[in-house]
Amino acid sequence: MNLDYTPEQQAFRADIRAWLEANVPAAPLPSFDASRAGFEAHRAWERTLNDGRWGMVTWPTNYGGRGLDLIEWLIFEEEYYRAGAPLRVNQNGIFLLGPTLMEYGTPEQRARFLPAMANGEEIWAQAWSEPQAGSDLAAIRSKAVREGDDYVLSGHKIWSSRAAFADWGFGLFRTDPASERHKGLSLILFPLDAPGVRRQPIPQINGEIGFAELFLDEVRVPAFNRLGEEGQGWAVCMATAGFERGLMLRSPARFQVAAHMLVELYKRHQHEVDGTVRAAVVQAWMDADAYALSIYATASRLRAGGHIGAEASVNKIFWSEMDIALQRTALAILGARAELLPVAPDAGDVDGWLDSYLFSLAGPIYAGTNEIQRNIIAERMLGLPRA
Amino acid sequence: MDFTFTQDQTMMADVARDLLDAECPVSSLRALSAAGEARDAARWRKIVDLGLLGVLVPEAAGGLGLAEIDLVLIAEHCGYFGLPEPLVDTAGIALPLLAALPDVPRAAEALERTLAGESTVAIGHPGNPFVLDADAAGAILLPVDGALHLVDRADAKLTAQPSIDPFRKLFRVEAEPSAATLIADAEAAAPLLTQVFNRGALFAAAQLLGLARRSNDLAVAYAGERTQFGKPIGAYQAIKHHLATVQVKIEFARPVVYAAAAISPASGLHEEARISHAKLAAGEAADLSARTAVQVHGAMGYSWEVDVHYFLKRTLALSGAWGTPNDHRKRAAARVFGAPVGPEHTFTRGAAHG
Ligand SMILES: Cc1cc2nc3c(=O)[nH]c(=O)nc-3n(C[C@H](O)[C@H](O)[C@H](O)COP(=O)(O)OP(=O)(O)OC[C@H]3O[C@@H](n4cnc5c(N)ncnc54)[C@H](O)[C@@H]3O)c2cc1C
Repeated sequence: MNLDYTPEQQAFRADIRAWLEANVPAAPLPSFDASRAGFEAHRAWERTLNDGRWGMVTWPTNYGGRGLDLIEWLIFEEEYYRAGAPLRVNQNGIFLLGPTLMEYGTPEQRARFLPAMANGEEIWAQAWSEPQAGSDLAAIRSKAVREGDDYVLSGHKIWSSRAAFADWGFGLFRTDPASERHKGLSLILFPLDAPGVRRQPIPQINGEIGFAELFLDEVRVPAFNRLGEEGQGWAVCMATAGFERGLMLRSPARFQVAAHMLVELYKRHQHEVDGTVRAAVVQAWMDADAYALSIYATASRLRAGGHIGAEASVNKIFWSEMDIALQRTALAILGARAELLPVAPDAGDVDGWLDSYLFSLAGPIYAGTNEIQRNIIAERMLGLPRA
Repeated sequence: MDFTFTQDQTMMADVARDLLDAECPVSSLRALSAAGEARDAARWRKIVDLGLLGVLVPEAAGGLGLAEIDLVLIAEHCGYFGLPEPLVDTAGIALPLLAALPDVPRAAEALERTLAGESTVAIGHPGNPFVLDADAAGAILLPVDGALHLVDRADAKLTAQPSIDPFRKLFRVEAEPSAATLIADAEAAAPLLTQVFNRGALFAAAQLLGLARRSNDLAVAYAGERTQFGKPIGAYQAIKHHLATVQVKIEFARPVVYAAAAISPASGLHEEARISHAKLAAGEAADLSARTAVQVHGAMGYSWEVDVHYFLKRTLALSGAWGTPNDHRKRAAARVFGAPVGPEHTFTRGAAHG
């Protein structure tokens, strides 16, 4: 065990820091959920990142990455959040589908999809959930019917993040009509502007169109777009979910930066609040650091050849609950101003706390609810009997 | 940067675990407490013979010359098995302190006798109002007006302070310090006492982590056995979620404890905050785990008959020893408000106290 960065890791940190200082837009980009313009501004940023070969440092060099390991990815993330760089509009692509493509995709599929993903030309949305298949994802009904070299997709997907503006979707479809539950499903990629796709934007709790409903009516895609074997979609999809919950979805730096902002907010208002708030601020720092330490331990283990299992569920519960506690503490400090929108003339330093608080409430829901994660921990980690 | 244990570290810990697994079953705790005893001499002898006491003692003084990170897993196992004998305090606190005073004959002699298993040294510290195991020790470390004395047990007045934990014999210790008992004057003692406290807190945290795991293991096992309404109670989601919540707490105390050990024994602002963080996180995990285990066992959990209470009591005791949660929150706060925070500072070290 050695908890010091190597000189190479320190040099890497200095590199990315310098690049971010030179390249991060001075003014924050408009939200990618609020408008097409905001979405496109974020797409342009993805291209800038990719031009600097900073889009995904763990990717192999031939796809625009640097072939670095997970510790360096963590360092990258630390500097990225520290610099206040834009949120990654293509996170579903580069963090989730990308690694899945590298594991399950054919060389042709990788060549077709990865470069366009890396440079932001194609922004990806996930299409798992359906109106009747939320937590119970295996209940999905959307189907893909094989016709020659094509699949014809029909069905109804919902809650697809960023799908209102994104270019491509990936999701599970039933390729075997006689199948049930986890069997007979395939993971298929489809363009969101294909004939037969109708998207219905869904405003989120803050009014922005962060997700969309997708109505698919005989959407024809080449069989080339199936990732992994036919009927093996569930296993492929779980690989993606493992990445999402486990590591890539929420890097620790995000919460450490939030904890830092909370400390600064507290310092400005410490004479207005009592000791319980101070304790909550210290707790937020401890929890964010605990999460970082845990991810460093996981990254070290994976680098040494380990795999991520049910601890992905442990992580997801921890960061989502920590985030809510952190955001609530900020609102407690803001007091009567907590309800003000940043445009209010006397909003002062309310900044983005209210929006972050609202978004934190989604944490225990998306990527598998925390109730489902607790079931997974109990059954797969602790070995308790299935219900 | 590599946050994994070496093979040597896990192997040594496995040896200790196997010994404890064989020698420290709950039945042995039960037998000891029924006899009103706090120590098992035969078990202690085996621990001494394994050479574990000298992990933190330099090789020149007869130890293994290793560091806190090499002992942390062993301390965790001691917590897990609820070991009554003072392996953690001796190997983790008393002996490295004595080893830091190689030129003081009184300290060197106590070190040698303890390493050989002939005697033990109890530890007084301003951070703990009472001294553990003072009755069974040959000598007692006693800070007086900032200076450090090593007094013979026979020369000390002990006032027993019975604890709910049957294996924790606590005493108020009074003794007449003299030039003969002095082993470090105030100036020399100050950094040593800081180290004593930090090691005490670190290894208490490691034991609490082990206790957290033990209580949850007991609860999980019971949840798989006990049936009600025709099913194992562990099939009910309310029970599952209780136990999963504990597991989350354990998983996020673990890396904090290990990180704190890895950056010990330095005692700057950052290191102390991490140790305090570890003590808080492990203490909360152990507390929730013990209480959950009681609940999951139903009335059994409230009975003397079932094992849970041993671990609940040790958890309660260690949560308040070597700094209360309040003390440790203060040290974490000193770091949060006294040095830069942010993702690039997770592993920052060495800042002096502000
Ligand atoms: C911000 C946000 C972004 C999202 N993005 C996407 C996306 O990009 N793509 C996508 O496909 N989906 C997305 N989702 C959908 C998300 O995956 C689902 O919301 C989630 O899986 C839960 O499904 P549900 O909403 O239908 O809730 P339900 O399954 O109806 O659950 C409702 C409540 O019942 C509980 N519950 C359900 N079953 C059980 C059980 N067996 N035991 C105990 N409790 C249970 C749940 O935990 C929850 O509290 C997103 C959701 C949010 C909030």
